[in-house]
Amino acid sequence: MKKILFVFAALILVGVVGCPSRQAAKTVTCKGSDTMVILVQRWAENYMKEKPGDIVQVTGGGSGTGIAALINGGTDICQASRPMSDKERGQVKEKFGKDAKEIPVALDGIAIYVHEQNPLNEISLPQLKDIYTGKIKNWKELGGADAQIVPYSRENNSGTYMYFKEHVLAGVDFEVGVQTLPGTAAVVNAVSKDLRSMGYGGIAYAKGIKALKVKKDAMAAAITPSMETVTQGTYPISRKLYFYTVGDPSGMVKEFIDWTLGDHGQKICEDVGYYPLPKK
Amino acid sequence: MEQAEAEKTNVSVGARPERHALYRARFHWGEAIIETAIRSSALIVIAALVLIFVFIGKEALPIFYSAEVHEEVTISSLFLPQPLAGGHQTRFVWQPVSGKPRYSILPLALGTLKVTIVALLIGIPIALGAAIFTSEFAPNVVREIIKPVIELLAGIPSVVLGFFGLMVLATVFQTAFGLTFRLNAITAGTGLALAVIPIIYTVAEDAFSAVPDSFRAGSIALGANVWQTAWKVVMPAALPGVFAACVLGFGRAIGETMIVLISSGNAATMSLDPAQSFRSFSATIAAELGEVTRGSAHYHVLFFLGVLLFVITFLTNFAGHLYVKRVREKLQGKRK
Repeated sequence: MKKILFVFAALILVGVVGCPSRQAAKTVTCKGSDTMVILVQRWAENYMKEKPGDIVQVTGGGSGTGIAALINGGTDICQASRPMSDKERGQVKEKFGKDAKEIPVALDGIAIYVHEQNPLNEISLPQLKDIYTGKIKNWKELGGADAQIVPYSRENNSGTYMYFKEHVLAGVDFEVGVQTLPGTAAVVNAVSKDLRSMGYGGIAYAKGIKALKVKKDAMAAAITPSMETVTQGTYPISRKLYFYTVGDPSGMVKEFIDWTLGDHGQKICEDVGYYPLPKK
Repeated sequence: MEQAEAEKTNVSVGARPERHALYRARFHWGEAIIETAIRSSALIVIAALVLIFVFIGKEALPIFYSAEVHEEVTISSLFLPQPLAGGHQTRFVWQPVSGKPRYSILPLALGTLKVTIVALLIGIPIALGAAIFTSEFAPNVVREIIKPVIELLAGIPSVVLGFFGLMVLATVFQTAFGLTFRLNAITAGTGLALAVIPIIYTVAEDAFSAVPDSFRAGSIALGANVWQTAWKVVMPAALPGVFAACVLGFGRAIGETMIVLISSGNAATMSLDPAQSFRSFSATIAAELGEVTRGSAHYHVLFFLGVLLFVITFLTNFAGHLYVKRVREKLQGKRK
């Protein structure tokens, strides 16, 4: 019995003494946009390879979830696929007495997905708006076959949802019958299996489906979503992806962010399917 | 003589007084600890239940009195059609993330009801059929295989069932019935039925097996065949258990989240058409609670949905319990 107690005591002692040394390894947590999870994870992996000992933890949940975590002090970096709202900035200021620091880290184009065998090749922003607000219901109206359009969207905690709503729907609410799926991968999967369907999401996910060319309005030229068109800003639905921190980043958080903005970090953007920031 | 015997007993008791006392003391402590533990575990369960209800109730309450919340939503507006932007039209819409948020819970209620009905319509006949078969008709060898296999189905995580619905069932039903929407109440309801079947099956099978063999022997002695015995003797005798099984299945179906979230399409449509996409209470909570600002109207509405779910399951379980009691008394001849 005494022996057992002794062993326990020894274990606890080792635990107590051992813990601080383990925590001394530097850890940075990133939380937020699901769209950016692949990208930030790839950054984290490569960063940790270059700086052994440092740990970068990445989780998703949606931009809204990440921003909420930043406000609650639950993460060092929030990755967000939409800018923070004034209300959210106010909450950060109120809680920490510091401003939220916005750092654009990459560019993303939102692709319009349709089934691979869909004959349609291009679409204009007003048409997209009409489809997602329920005014256009049939492919016939777009020059396709006589079949109902089945539009897919993302859940309302997604930055992609917010971006699409603000920039494509001009703030108008989605039609009630638009189906919302948890995650861009689920949207791609649904679209890849249904000839009548349409969806939207990051270009990086556009595998096994067709990404339409997009026109700013009926008269404008149709632009293919690609590296050139997004970095030049000609593709009409592209956006910046951000990192947010409370106050100016410092220590390892700063090291990590600087690294992602460096050559290697920006190169990884391309590998994953996003686009590097234009060089100044 | 008597004295001698008394002494004898004294001696026999006194022969090992120390060990005896020791044992008693030790056993006493051990038992006391175990007894308290068991007792408190029962208390903990009840306390947890009460605390959960108090917590979600507390978060839902501001809907009833808070002026801040009432700017966006009131108890009556939850049940009424909402005015649409610009027009004079009103419609039942669930659009919590909007310039002017609209919270109609009717589409969500219809969706929840729709999928629960589909799941039970598919699940109950299969589960009860399987339960009757294993308890009344199957040879022992077959029963020993079927029972654990069906019960194993209960161990499949609901995420997996949801994914199965999204990837497999959706395609199968769309091609089979030529449906416009891949994700709908038929797809989600079938996935949900897979989660409900093992629950109904296990409880119903136990109810059938618990019917004494003397009932069956009596029935067969009177000239009934196995089928008649199963349908007219065993089934009525096991009815309370069967009913309890269905109520449990209902509770699981209405509260199940993951399957519905993944394979329902989550569009808050006002339709009872099972081929249409729908949005359920549980999936709405799961999808929206992660992002909502604490203390906002949206936050309180989501907790109100939680309270509704809680109350619905509680009431069904309670009504089921009352009904089972009545049937049982009737079967025992205490009530006509």
